[in-house]
Amino acid sequence: MEKRQLRIALAGNPNSGKTTIFNNLTGTRQKVGNWPGVTVEKKEGDILKFGYDMKIIDLPGTYSLTPFSIEEIVARDFILDENPDVVIDIIDASNLERNLYLANQLRELDCKVIFALNMADVAKSRGFKIDAKKLSELLGVPVVFTVGNKNEGLDDLLKTAIELAESPLEIPEERRVRYSNDIESAISELKDFIELRVDSSFSYNSRWTAVKLLENDQIIKDRIIEKVRAESENILRKAEKLRGKLSKRLDDDPEIVMTDDRYGFIAGTIKEVLSTSTRQRVDISRNIDLVLTNRFLGFPIFIFFIWAMFQTTFTLGAYPMEWIDAGVGYVSAFFAYVLPDSLLKDLIVDGIIAGVGSIIIFLPNILLLFFCIALFEDTGYMARAAFLMDKIMHLIGLHGKSFIPMLMGFGCSVPAIIATRSLESRKDRILTILITPFMSCSARLPVYIVLAGTFFAAHAGTVIFMIYLFGILVAIVTGRLFRTALLKGEDAPFVMELPPYRVPMMKNLLIHMWDRSKMFLKKMGGIILVGSIVIWVLSNFPQNIQYSRDYDSQIAQLHQAYEQKVSSGESIDELRLLQTKEDFVERLSIAKEAERAEKSFIGRIGKAIEPVFLPIGIDWRGSVALLTGFVAKEIVVSTMGVLYAAEGDAESDALRNALLKSGMTPLSALSMMIFVLLYVPCLATIGAITRETGSVKWTLFNIAFTTTVAWGMSFVVYQGGRLIGF
Amino acid sequence: MRLDEMKEGQHGRILRIGGETRLRRRILEMGLTKGSEIYIEKYAPLKDPLELSVRGCHVSLRVKEAAEIDVEALK
Repeated sequence: MEKRQLRIALAGNPNSGKTTIFNNLTGTRQKVGNWPGVTVEKKEGDILKFGYDMKIIDLPGTYSLTPFSIEEIVARDFILDENPDVVIDIIDASNLERNLYLANQLRELDCKVIFALNMADVAKSRGFKIDAKKLSELLGVPVVFTVGNKNEGLDDLLKTAIELAESPLEIPEERRVRYSNDIESAISELKDFIELRVDSSFSYNSRWTAVKLLENDQIIKDRIIEKVRAESENILRKAEKLRGKLSKRLDDDPEIVMTDDRYGFIAGTIKEVLSTSTRQRVDISRNIDLVLTNRFLGFPIFIFFIWAMFQTTFTLGAYPMEWIDAGVGYVSAFFAYVLPDSLLKDLIVDGIIAGVGSIIIFLPNILLLFFCIALFEDTGYMARAAFLMDKIMHLIGLHGKSFIPMLMGFGCSVPAIIATRSLESRKDRILTILITPFMSCSARLPVYIVLAGTFFAAHAGTVIFMIYLFGILVAIVTGRLFRTALLKGEDAPFVMELPPYRVPMMKNLLIHMWDRSKMFLKKMGGIILVGSIVIWVLSNFPQNIQYSRDYDSQIAQLHQAYEQKVSSGESIDELRLLQTKEDFVERLSIAKEAERAEKSFIGRIGKAIEPVFLPIGIDWRGSVALLTGFVAKEIVVSTMGVLYAAEGDAESDALRNALLKSGMTPLSALSMMIFVLLYVPCLATIGAITRETGSVKWTLFNIAFTTTVAWGMSFVVYQGGRLIGF
Repeated sequence: MRLDEMKEGQHGRILRIGGETRLRRRILEMGLTKGSEIYIEKYAPLKDPLELSVRGCHVSLRVKEAAEIDVEALK
């Protein structure tokens, strides 16, 4: 027999335990994606139980269904347009009053709703007693008690959901929220007006539509224009007229009065169903906050946590990184051994494995970082971090929560950009994403070490530190600029709940961490793969390069001469002879490699774009190094090694000597460091930006903007420096 | 008096909420409605934002936002 399919949506306030219930219901069988068109995470999971095939959809956590934030719009649109069979509202039973606000908005939507009074145990321990039967009667909604983290009541919840889904939808009159008389009469007037002017194709409940129009709900207005067409103008005009009348009468915006009315209605409900024992309860969260957001201790503790997070991510992460590095090495050696010498082998070993390997190596960092962030979020500390940092971040026009992603940018921009998901406002997210790459990531450090170490020897540390500071400064200035020019408009209200501290559940942490990391692997993988292949092709073609000298035969001659000398027994110091020969061979190979790089496509591109870089003091070799740095910033050093014909290693003196001899000056080195600090982030970051902004336009803007800023700053430094005589 | 004029540890009752619609609704939806009782938990170390409790939950808002709310001090 075909199993009946049900679609069940989970709604609820943030911190109501919705995610825990979702995770416990669906286990690991969840699909994480995005809601169409927006970057709000969408989670779904299928369960087979009680003879039904149930698809559970986790709606974004919201405090209301006022369509102000993307989350609220997404949640409401889903219920309105996708008509789930049942909507389960997860209610934090220990915080009934506030949670009932969303619950009542759901009731007004006329969908099949169940209330899950979650964290029933916490409510009980706080001395709350809720009369579920009364609540159910008063509001005409089935009510189930659950304890999400102990898996209690979940079967009950599903059974109730099935029962409700199978029963016909009936909306008893008392399910309505009653507004004050003036508003009620306006509602019924508008409702009748609408009913006369729409046909059956208009699926929204007419009373609800009237309520929304009186609240001046822009989205519903748009829907009416779209669906009713001819009569829409009349309806909207009528609504506007009624709104005007109400505003005058009530001496306030109707939507404000209606919100008040809803709370009034809730207060009435609460009086009947909730009894609180007089026992003085201890607010544990308040006590924890006495320390964690303390005037003197708050910041030191915050800095310690951040330090610990970085320590965990980069120190602990270094071990698995080594393993992965070794693993990639083995794989590469294996293919090098198995495959016959060919272009394909080069592509696989030097292009694909090396390219993808250079990204996959960040996986341990990313897993650990996301684990820490999940820990911050699930315990409730993230909100406190925002509380502490908001004043500072607000100076740049950002929300306190932007601090964590920006700070992570010092490690790696990719997880930093993904971490902006914790920001609610889209504008804040885009702004944070755009300026995070200016936080100098760890991959740029080797470049600074080589350049500053070579040209500023004794002051290298100070110079590098200044470079970092400069990056922060640019981030602040551009942040302000973007806020006033590009992403203007009101700051999102900061008004934020500081949720009670909770002991996090390992299962939730792991699921959280894995979801986000999986996204990194999947999406980045494709881009990196393509990018690596492109760069490999550019630097390995054309194949038939006309060398100015015949390196191979010269090398062969050296070998021959050596063999002859050894066999003739001419020389006494065989070891020294071998060393001299090896030196010569190496010098020749490096010279050959340098010439090959110069004559490859990428070398030619470098030469072609040299005019662009000359004004900032960078020659064609530097240009090529910067070009390859587009794949990953670490590559800049190894490319310089190849082009300046020395061993490409940050520690190596050979590269330093070669750089010193190449005509580079401290000034041009400084200019190059600034360019590296500011120009296009790496391919993986570009991928993350595209994905997280959901827009190619913003990505292209970011590429163009960062490169322009980089060039401009380097130009000012280089030419300015020359003017004042450096 | 305005909410941002209240001191740590003071109890109060909300009289009126001003400001633009979007902010007002946010504030209302967090349970800060006319007539509700509040308790000022603390100001952040940098004096902004502030934390208060209302209806059993802790809410933080910026001083600028708090300035839109009129309150009367209790006790």
